[in-house]
Amino acid sequence: MQNSLPQNNIGLVKPSKVHFDDKLLLASGSSLNGFELVYESYGELNADRSNAILICHALSGDHHVAGYHSLEDKKPGWWDNAIGPNKVIDTNKFFVVCPNNIGGCGGSTGPLTTNPDTNEIYGPNFPLVTVKDWVKTQTMLADHLGIDVWAVIIGGSLGGMQCMEWAITYPNRLKNTFVIAAAPKLSTQNIAFNEVARQVIRSDRNFDEGYYYKNNNKPIHGLMQARMLGHITYLSDDALDEKFGRQLRDGGIKFGYDVEFQIESYLRYQGRSFVDRFDANSYLLITKVLDYFDPAAETNGDLAKAMSPATAEFLVISFSSDWRFSPARSVEIVGALLEKNKKVSYLEIQSKEGHDSFLKEIPIYHQAMKTALDRIDMEIIA
Amino acid sequence: MKLRTDQSLIAKWIKKSSRVLDLGCGTGALLANLQEKQNVSGYGIEIDGSNIIKCIESGVNVIQTDLDAGLSQFDNNTFDYVIMTQTLQAIYYPEKLLTEMTRVGNEAIVTFPNMAHWRCRLQMALGGHMPKSKTLPYEWYNTPNIHLCSLDDFENLCAKKNIEIIERATVDHAHQISFGMNIFPNLLGEVAIYRFRSK
Repeated sequence: MQNSLPQNNIGLVKPSKVHFDDKLLLASGSSLNGFELVYESYGELNADRSNAILICHALSGDHHVAGYHSLEDKKPGWWDNAIGPNKVIDTNKFFVVCPNNIGGCGGSTGPLTTNPDTNEIYGPNFPLVTVKDWVKTQTMLADHLGIDVWAVIIGGSLGGMQCMEWAITYPNRLKNTFVIAAAPKLSTQNIAFNEVARQVIRSDRNFDEGYYYKNNNKPIHGLMQARMLGHITYLSDDALDEKFGRQLRDGGIKFGYDVEFQIESYLRYQGRSFVDRFDANSYLLITKVLDYFDPAAETNGDLAKAMSPATAEFLVISFSSDWRFSPARSVEIVGALLEKNKKVSYLEIQSKEGHDSFLKEIPIYHQAMKTALDRIDMEIIA
Repeated sequence: MKLRTDQSLIAKWIKKSSRVLDLGCGTGALLANLQEKQNVSGYGIEIDGSNIIKCIESGVNVIQTDLDAGLSQFDNNTFDYVIMTQTLQAIYYPEKLLTEMTRVGNEAIVTFPNMAHWRCRLQMALGGHMPKSKTLPYEWYNTPNIHLCSLDDFENLCAKKNIEIIERATVDHAHQISFGMNIFPNLLGEVAIYRFRSK
């Protein structure tokens, strides 16, 4: 336990919760009979409500994006290196909001919630949702907070897909968006990785068709292995090699199947700690959200046409070593925006850390966002 | 931001409210100026990250791309002008890029250092070494300028590529225009500026 929190940090933060009574009709045709969103917000909304920033989280993220929940917390929120007083996303200047998306397991309505219609936990019966559904719930949160127009909507990976959806479907409700390490849709290889992850979870003998919670159980091995697989794809070959190489944990080969190489130990640790904080049904569901995202599907595969309603100014950022959502995928987004004469800037950051780069404190990456935000702040003040 | 003389000359050639693509836009000074004073819209293309941040700072939309990869992300005649200042000589395939510029833009504008300027000629003829000047400050072994040419060379290439030269100007090392330069541009002009289009 630490007695005090690190400096240069927003400090202790508390999540808020809002309940929506309305029936939420989902893209699948199913609906939710009311739902809750858990969110965190930092900074102050200014008088004309023009300084709000929405952060959209990715697959394993949640609403806890900066600061600490208690002095006992070992780690701050997932993007604490970028959000806080005097940081890149400066909470002295901006009102920053991050909700946990429905279907997740951070406290918003999801598979762990009790279905008011049946008084039973949703579990595997939680309806499959889409990025469109998520963004719809985020507009309801914006209404609740009195935010008509976001100054900026920022998201990495699956978060970047939410940014695109906002810009396409609600063009009047945002002025700027930072689409980071994203893609206009998953590649076949991406979907293939997701399917392996799902099968590994679903074939765990404790999965019990998704009703594992009824026996106070979890598909621990399945979820752990799914995360181990995912984790490899979020890092680059070089990053893994640099971090672990062929280092052996106990100095020599033991000719057995226990942990020998450091990378094995690392992956098992990452997998195990993920199981403690994430629900398997949520993981299954969110991989489907990723698979389904494809705004160009509504325009016969023409991404430029799909993006044509957008009016926001885009900052698109990719990372050279990201092979899960490679720079070429970001270039597709940029190409579509250029074709329609949209306002867009694009930057490919040189980094070794693969897809996870978007969470790292890479100087030129953070500087690019800060420079753009300083300009946006100047326009707000003017 | 202050413009170089070749850039201010270009600014005079650009019609109001036109759409401009600036290849190798650096810190975005030219585009920022055109946006502010002439209501121009468009994009800069730049490879250097710190330059890109300067562009973002001045509100210039900028796309990080290696010009040697071509302009395939742009359709034909997307821009009124495609500009490239002091970059042509550092490109791997200037021949291809010039054609690309006339494909993407209705008109194209380039500026480059003239290798047939009398000072360059003297350094080669009498000094026996590769020319160095204020516009060409590098040594032969560290220069990014791999495709230097003269005004005559450039005009010969244009003829070969079916490119029509619409306008030409030259300036000296202080980016001033003199009377003699109009008569002997290939000898006295230090920086060449061309406006052209495909025939």
